[in-house]
Amino acid sequence: MNKAIKQYVQVAPYLALGFIMTCIFVLYPLIKGVYISFFEYKVINPSQSLFLGWANYIKVFHDPIIYIALRNTLLFALVTVPLQWAFGILVAMVINLQFIRFKVFFRLVYYLPVISSWIVVSYLFQFLFADGSSGVVNYLLVDFFHLRDEPIAWLQNTWSANIVIWLLSVWKGVGWVMIMYLAALQSVPRSLYEAAAIDGAKGARTFIHITLPLMRPMTVYVLINLIIGAFQAFIQVFLITKGGPLDSTHLLNTYMFKHAFQYFDFGYAAAISVMLGLLIFIFTYSQQRTFGKDRIEY
Amino acid sequence: MRKLMPWVAHLVLVLGIVVVVGPFVYMILTSLTSDNFSLPNPTKLLNSEKSLDNYFEAWNKNHFSQYFLNSLFIAVITMVLSLSLASMTAYAFARFPFPGKEFMFRMFLFSMFVPAILNIIPQFTIIKSLGLVDTYSGLILLYISTGVVGSTFFLRGFFERIPAELEESIVMDGGNRWTIFRSIYIPLSLPAIGTLGIFAFSGTWDEFIVALTLIKTESNRTLPIALQLFRGQYATYYGLFFAASTMALLPIIIIFIIFQKQFVNPNLSEGGVKG
Repeated sequence: MNKAIKQYVQVAPYLALGFIMTCIFVLYPLIKGVYISFFEYKVINPSQSLFLGWANYIKVFHDPIIYIALRNTLLFALVTVPLQWAFGILVAMVINLQFIRFKVFFRLVYYLPVISSWIVVSYLFQFLFADGSSGVVNYLLVDFFHLRDEPIAWLQNTWSANIVIWLLSVWKGVGWVMIMYLAALQSVPRSLYEAAAIDGAKGARTFIHITLPLMRPMTVYVLINLIIGAFQAFIQVFLITKGGPLDSTHLLNTYMFKHAFQYFDFGYAAAISVMLGLLIFIFTYSQQRTFGKDRIEY
Repeated sequence: MRKLMPWVAHLVLVLGIVVVVGPFVYMILTSLTSDNFSLPNPTKLLNSEKSLDNYFEAWNKNHFSQYFLNSLFIAVITMVLSLSLASMTAYAFARFPFPGKEFMFRMFLFSMFVPAILNIIPQFTIIKSLGLVDTYSGLILLYISTGVVGSTFFLRGFFERIPAELEESIVMDGGNRWTIFRSIYIPLSLPAIGTLGIFAFSGTWDEFIVALTLIKTESNRTLPIALQLFRGQYATYYGLFFAASTMALLPIIIIFIIFQKQFVNPNLSEGGVKG
């Protein structure tokens, strides 16, 4: 027991501040969020909040828009995660090829969307996909490539609006996947490829049998981050469609935000938030257990 | 076939660049043309006269310059303070034995899996009870606290890779833990800390929801809010809005170009944060 106290005294100067701040501003709000989800919560006067039991959760299952938001959230993950991953790894592999010149330049340019502000690029895409012939994308489709006769009202329809949101998210995320894989690829010893070449392995086979297995820890890490990012996506929908038209492009996250800050129904919003947290936990659980244990030795 | 490959590969990269950079080119071209009362189409963009008028006008309008400097101030302070705090916390997890360490770390990690947006209500209540609503101290405190977990996660792995034998020379010279931390762990992890710095800066620079909830006084607002105001008030002054947007992107791009050589990936075995 004495030893434990001594250890705590030693570590305290380094740990205490970070630990206390995390407890107050991250862990406490988390627990409080779960607590709020059982109430009809009054922000102005919390003591007058009404205990509802499971009512908010029952309401979640009877809310038709929840199912639309759930569908959009799942589709968003299903579309953006594989696309970001595939394009990201493709760009990384190509840049990593021996004969490619200006590697630093390519890396920088592909990373630009990642460091750009979400607000700027969300509004930028809103303009690019503007209705009528004034939007650049419509201009290209109709007047330039003649692929369509009529301009598309991108943001007025559920599916075309969803496509805009997906495109933006993939466009912004590819560079991050690329930079992760570039770093990982650089740590693969060249001798492995030379050995494979001597054994007669060619491009695609080398990629499938050597590169991909060696990248496994990175792939797990990248996929977990992409999945969490997809389920927590918020700002692009919030800024571009605000969930419209007719609440049909909401993600669980934006729908929750609407209930909290537009209807001030914090209890219900908290219940949605808890359900979303559970969903993320389920989808990443199998990876989480190996996460942190996977090390590769060459 | 062998000679063709480099051509194909370069072509793929250049085509990709067109998709990646296209929107930015459109933004910059629009910001350089004035008298746009409808969205300009590409023909008009390429042929019209270019000037920097929109930039001067946007900078002086709507307290934009004020908000820009506010954001710069907040982002720099947040970056410095959160890097200091994160490296200390990460050092504690990397090099000190204490009971319950791994449990505590797991608990930290778990909080990253939960959607953060709703936390803002309890966070607001706490900031209010501290009397820090509508102050930069409150805003910065919240930014730092919510960033500790991710940054600690990111740095811990780097610290653990540094061989413990390096500490011996310091111990022989009579140095304590603080000297070891300052003269070994910090200098050897500078690339990682630099990367984290970029994440911290750009995260704060771009932050929107918390700033909107916490800051009430008009002159204290931050850049993302200014951009949203521009979008609302000057909805059809496209050039003006895009000039403001371009100026908002510049600091991050400059910082990234300066630090990009040091840019590293997070330690896989311990994970990191998504930028």
